[in-house]
Amino acid sequence: MATQFIVHDKKDTVGVIVVEDVKPGATLEGWLMEGDGTVKLKALKAIPLGHKIALVDLKKGDTVLKYGHDIGRIVADAKKGDHVHVHNMKTKRW
Amino acid sequence: MAKAPAVIKKRTRSVGKLPFMGYRRENGRVGIRNHVIVLPLDDLSNAAAEAVANNIKGTMALPHAYGRLQFGEDLALHFRTLIGTGCNANVAAVVVIGIEPGWTARVVDGIAKTGKPVQGFAIEGNGDLRTIEAASRVAQQFVMWATEKQREECTIDELWVSTKCGESDTTSGLASCPTVGNLIDKIDPMGATTCFGETSELTGAETEMVKRALNKNVADKFMGVFNAYQGMIERYKTDDLSDSQPTKGNIAGGLTTIEEKAFGNFQKIGHKTKYVDVLGPAEMPAKGKGLYFMDTSSAAAECVTLQAAAGFVVHLFPTGQGNVIGNPIEPVIKLTANPKTARLMPEHIDLDVSGILRREMDLDEAGDRLIDVMIRVCNGRYTCAEALGHREFVMTKLYQSA
Repeated sequence: MATQFIVHDKKDTVGVIVVEDVKPGATLEGWLMEGDGTVKLKALKAIPLGHKIALVDLKKGDTVLKYGHDIGRIVADAKKGDHVHVHNMKTKRW
Repeated sequence: MAKAPAVIKKRTRSVGKLPFMGYRRENGRVGIRNHVIVLPLDDLSNAAAEAVANNIKGTMALPHAYGRLQFGEDLALHFRTLIGTGCNANVAAVVVIGIEPGWTARVVDGIAKTGKPVQGFAIEGNGDLRTIEAASRVAQQFVMWATEKQREECTIDELWVSTKCGESDTTSGLASCPTVGNLIDKIDPMGATTCFGETSELTGAETEMVKRALNKNVADKFMGVFNAYQGMIERYKTDDLSDSQPTKGNIAGGLTTIEEKAFGNFQKIGHKTKYVDVLGPAEMPAKGKGLYFMDTSSAAAECVTLQAAAGFVVHLFPTGQGNVIGNPIEPVIKLTANPKTARLMPEHIDLDVSGILRREMDLDEAGDRLIDVMIRVCNGRYTCAEALGHREFVMTKLYQSA
C-alpha cells in the first residue's frame, strides 16, 4: 500500500497526511521516518493533504509533539485518528 | 519541472569541486548573471530609472518605495541594501539615480569599491528629462561593455548560496526543506558560502538553533538577535499572529503553529553544518567560507533582497503552497514536495521532490538533483521565476521616517 501519512519521530503524537483523498473510516498506512517503520491508523475525519492526524488520544492541555519537539498545545480534545489543526490546537508563543 | 536525468546525477557525485561557468568580477567575486542595473536612491527617482531602463535594452531598473528622511539604523540599512545590491557579483555595472547628489554619491562610492563601472546622476537642478538622457548615454556604454564579458570556469568554493522558504506547509518540513539541508551538508565541506535567515520563523526551535552555532559566542549572538526580534513582535502584536505568522497559506497547507513552522524551516540547514556567524540584515559575511545566519524578516521578498545585498548570487527556495517569488539580481530556484502544487503550478517549480513523500526518491538523491539544478542555473539556465519576470525587490524598513 502507498504511504498515506508520514511521522517524523518515534516520540511524535501527530502525523502528516501526504495524499489528497483521505476519507473518514479509512485505514491508513503511515511511514515512521525515524527507524524507517510502518504504522497503521484509522482516520476519523476527511483530512486534507498536509494536515495532521492524531496518533494518540489528545486531551485539552496536552503538548503536541512533532519532529520529536513541542509544537503547541491542545485546546479541544482530539481522539486518535482525528484531524488536528487550528480548531483544536494553538501555539504556546505570542 | 526540471527533473534531472539519472546520468547527470551520477556526474555531480563524481566531481568533487562542482565546476560551473560564472563571471569573475574585478574584486575576484563570482557571479552567475551579468546584469547592468539602474538603481534609484529613493522613491522619487524610480520614474527616471525606469525610463533609462526602457531606453537602453539589456539594463534593468530596480524601483523601490523608500530613501527619504530615513535616519539611524534604518538609514544605514537602506544604504547597506542599495550598495550591497550594486556590489553583488551578478551585477556587471550600475547607474545610480537620486533626487540630490549627496546621498547619490554615497551609493556610488560604496559600489565603486568593487572596481566595477558605476556612475551617479542627480535630478534636482536638471529635471527628469536631462537626467534620463545623461544616464541613458552612460547606461548604453555600460551594457555594451558588459555584454562582451565571458563566462569562465569557477568552482563551488567561489559560490555564495542563500536559502529561505515561503508559503510553507507540512510537506516543506518533510521533504523540500530537508532537500536543501542535504545540499548544504554536501557543499559546506566543499567550501561554499551559504546563508539562511528568518529570525521570527525559528520561534520554538531556538534551543535547537543554539546547538548548531559554531561556538558559544555565535550562539549568544544568535540569541541576542532572536530575543530582540521577539521583543519587537511582543511590542506590536494585537493577537497571537495567526494568519500573519503562520500565514493563511501556511494554515491552508496544514501548519498550525509558529513552532511547527519553525522546525520545518530549521530543516534547511541539514544535520551536520554549523553556522559560523550571525549577520545583521544585508551584512556581508566576513568570517570566511561556511554557513551564516542572517537576522531577517520571514517575508520572502524582504529576506531574499537582504541576502542578495549581502552578496549571495543564487537562492534556493522551498515552497509548499506555491510562493511565486523572484529577485531581480539573484536567481531564485524553487522546489516543492507538495504534489498538488507541483501539478497545479508547474511553471513556478524548478524541482519537484514530491517523490520523497511517495518513497520513490530518497533525500540523498533529492539533494543531488538540487545540486544539479543549481549548477545548471549557475551556468545560465533561467529559473522559472526569471522566465516569468518575477523581480521582487523589497527594502526592509525598520521604523517610520523622520
